[in-house]
Amino acid sequence: MEDIINLKERAKEVRRLVINMITEANSGHPGGSLSMTDIITTLYFSIMNHSAANPAWEERDRFVLSKGHACPAYYAVLSLCGYFPASELLKLRKLGSILQGHPDSKVTPGVDFSTGSLGQGLSAACGMALAGKIDKKDYRVYAIIGDGESQEGQIWEAAMSAAHFKLDNLCVFLDCNKLQIDGKVEDIMNIEPVIDKWKAFGWNTIQIDGHSIEEIIEAAGIAHKTKGKPTMIVADTIKGKCVSFMEGKVCFHGTAPNREQEQQALRELE
Amino acid sequence: MAEMVATRDVYGKALIKLGKIYPDMVVLDADTASSTRTQWFSQEFPERFFNLGISEANMIGYAAGLSTCGKIPVVSAFACFGSGRVYDQVKLSVCWPKLNVKIIVTHAGVSVGEDGASHQAIDDINLMRGLPNMTVIVPADGIETEKAVRYAIETQGPFYIRLGRLNLPLVFDDTYEFVLGKMHALREGTDATIIACGLMVNESVKAAQTLSEQGINVRILNASSIKPIDKQAIILAAKETGAIVTAEEHSIIGGLGSAVAEVLAEHLPTPMERVGVKDTFGQSGTPKELLRIFGLDAVSIVEAVIKVLGRKTQKGR
Ligand SMILES: Cc1ncc(C[n+]2csc(CCOP(=O)(O)OP(=O)(O)O)c2C)c(N)n1
Ligand SMILES: [Mg+2]
Repeated sequence: MEDIINLKERAKEVRRLVINMITEANSGHPGGSLSMTDIITTLYFSIMNHSAANPAWEERDRFVLSKGHACPAYYAVLSLCGYFPASELLKLRKLGSILQGHPDSKVTPGVDFSTGSLGQGLSAACGMALAGKIDKKDYRVYAIIGDGESQEGQIWEAAMSAAHFKLDNLCVFLDCNKLQIDGKVEDIMNIEPVIDKWKAFGWNTIQIDGHSIEEIIEAAGIAHKTKGKPTMIVADTIKGKCVSFMEGKVCFHGTAPNREQEQQALRELE
Repeated sequence: MAEMVATRDVYGKALIKLGKIYPDMVVLDADTASSTRTQWFSQEFPERFFNLGISEANMIGYAAGLSTCGKIPVVSAFACFGSGRVYDQVKLSVCWPKLNVKIIVTHAGVSVGEDGASHQAIDDINLMRGLPNMTVIVPADGIETEKAVRYAIETQGPFYIRLGRLNLPLVFDDTYEFVLGKMHALREGTDATIIACGLMVNESVKAAQTLSEQGINVRILNASSIKPIDKQAIILAAKETGAIVTAEEHSIIGGLGSAVAEVLAEHLPTPMERVGVKDTFGQSGTPKELLRIFGLDAVSIVEAVIKVLGRKTQKGR
């Protein structure tokens, strides 16, 4: 387990890589990658039990990035953990790359589940958690979903079932960055009061600042101790976090920065 | 060089024109309005546009309900999410009751590019074609897109119109008439016939040029109307040219190639080759690279024609 200062440095490094990768690919999703960077960095460097040397280790904790388009941050973290060399990162989205535009478990070491069609990943995470229960294993299952993604009906089918099966080995982060492709979540299709919905579906719920590493660690700890219920951590985040001209900007959902913007972003992330 | 236009841009503009004529038209999208261009309609007619958020299955149900009350709903999404992601809803809420719902999708095929396999619909023609009451159209260019969209709005019943992401050269001019269920000959020829749809139509035109330099003269049929399919034109082509090549930006399983093969098998078995995605998922890359490695270009069509001509000779036709 790394200390907080180290984790903050790691997150910054992940953000720099995200910017490099997406600029180099000249396509990809910076906004939603940066909003979940602190969460995914903390998961892999502090919370989860996993082994880069043995990605298929049976006892490992599992992770599903249900909002698959944010995979640049996922790939950067996996690479820093040692799942594959950093040199692969700049091949993001290129022909034949092990780093596809959306996570592909067949080609990327460390990716537990393929995603990209929103709303589907959470159900798979539930299935992994259920398998853990059947086999009486100690591993835990983590997932990150989007707030726009929460508009998919399948999210709520998963929600109902995970509580029904008492999947207390499942801990989900909702990356609540308030934006989706066409605008603000509250304008397109409001999901609020979202925490009450998860509560009503029988989940243990926790609200945190999704950019506070302390709060992320604490919430995951509470989730671990909670028995009989899955945990939903509603993480308040900022889309494009830490890059001033991307923060809160809908246009950086799925647009790559140009070289000049890349340089400015990297200066801000020094 | 022919003028380049994205079919989705033409679609966006056509919706506005048609919206002015048909006050019952309503447009629905699922958080992709900026990409499918339905956003343009929303700016013109905010009271007749509904963004359902990321809930495609729900959106199809809304469209079905709206249509039962006299509205003409046009539903847009990326092709992968407007077909496979909502297959059962389209089948049972739209096609079974034969409702007046127009599903018009963009970003079909591998030419989506960098987003990769999850976003590349290569199975949607197959899925939609298999549904009773569904009409399936794959326009070849901007001109045909405008005509096909208008036709769908003005005709009762479920429609699936498949558009892409890229700018495409125009293969038709304004005099072109879209006729449902009819293939249009872009070129006459006697040695073989290429039956193509979507962006493969222009590739077929290029292939025909290369082939004619080698003394091979092919007929080209634009099969924008995948369902209903033009049986007569297929049988005639088989009779008159004796060899068929189909070309589509879709899996060779279940799409245009299959539709043509079904007709030939029943009426006039004829040597045939299918150009399309060979039963694999897509992947990330630039559209150009992907079209090349999946064999969706003029080069592959030329190869297929030469191959099928070999079989034609063997058969001693
Ligand atoms: C089923 C499905 N529909 C549409 C899309 C296209 N799409 C990609 S990202 C996105 C918006 C996601 O918003 P959100 O979940 O809030 O993600 P974030 O803001 O974290 O990027 C959409 C609609 C998709 N990937 N999957
Ligand atoms: Mg969001």
